[in-house]
Amino acid sequence: MEKNLTHIALFAALIAVLGLVPKIDLIGGVPITAQSMGIMLCGTVLGAKRGALAVLLFLALVAIGLPLLSGGRGGLGVFAGPSVGYLIGFPIAAFVAGLIVERWTTAIGVSAFAGAVVGGIVVLYAFGIPGMAFVMQKSMPEAAAMALPFLPGDLIKSVLAALITQGIARMRPEALLSRA
Amino acid sequence: MLTLTSEVQIWAHRLPAGVKLAVLAVATTALFRLHGPLPLAAAFGAVAVVSATGGPRFAGQSARILRPLWPFVLMVGLWHLFTRDIAGGAEVILRMTTAVAAANFVTMTTRLADMQRVLEWLCRPLAALGLPPARLALALALVIRFIPVLQDRAGQISAAWSARSARRAGWRTVAPLTAAALDDAAHVADALRARGGSV
Repeated sequence: MEKNLTHIALFAALIAVLGLVPKIDLIGGVPITAQSMGIMLCGTVLGAKRGALAVLLFLALVAIGLPLLSGGRGGLGVFAGPSVGYLIGFPIAAFVAGLIVERWTTAIGVSAFAGAVVGGIVVLYAFGIPGMAFVMQKSMPEAAAMALPFLPGDLIKSVLAALITQGIARMRPEALLSRA
Repeated sequence: MLTLTSEVQIWAHRLPAGVKLAVLAVATTALFRLHGPLPLAAAFGAVAVVSATGGPRFAGQSARILRPLWPFVLMVGLWHLFTRDIAGGAEVILRMTTAVAAANFVTMTTRLADMQRVLEWLCRPLAALGLPPARLALALALVIRFIPVLQDRAGQISAAWSARSARRAGWRTVAPLTAAALDDAAHVADALRARGGSV
């Protein structure tokens, strides 16, 4: 019981810290924040249930007024803004990513990449795009076009999340709860 | 850690958090029922006036906290200029900005502890599903305590990297940071168990 609680709490803190890290420069100097990678890692490392709970705990702290979203955003306002769909999708993305790693017991790097792409991109965009369409009153294709520029960065983050999960599987095999 | 609560004390700080949240919920629902640029401009004006009652410093903070919205405002604005639907664009921008500003006002005038109490109250039904309020409170406290700890750890890891390499550390620090989070989680779990176990 204590172990579940502390893992959920520590990974909620990890998502926050990955959003506070100023930026990670990709090839070509494109700055991206690592926060959505934190969402992916919650699922691929902690598994579906604990991963989703860690993300929910993180969102609860954002909602009650801590500026933990990347760029120092937070408070209730972010839930009324154009990103609301992504925020709603965060815990579900982590859940799906975790579920794929738990169920598809192939090489950890492969299933973690699949989990990160399906959870962190497909599922997340499936919530994020309708959210933007609703708040900005655009059609779905228009909102999808606005989300498109983020796709390459998110694909790179999926690769990194898979590599990191694989690294954890080597460094701390007993701590990889998604495969426990 | 800094919260988004404004240190400029205004009248709204003295209202109970639950009342402010209920008013916000009603106001936001009403906002999405409003149509036409004029009624929405009036709604935006109302939120601006309410924010202005906090004095110039509070109003300045309110404006600054809206900054992340600018790219979206710009995008919608350009889009509607392009489609020559100025009134429609004004409507979307006013509604979006008003909704966010109103929610920010509640966040800025409510202390973290009061918000946490509301959250715990809202989560009471979850006790039946295995989430007693004490466990939620402990989880929230653990996250708040461990954010600076992990931040320090991230700093140490990238310092260690810079000592060994001329290149930037970048994403390579995330794996050891994740491992550190897992280790800390195991240690804190042991510590909690040693002090009497689960809450």
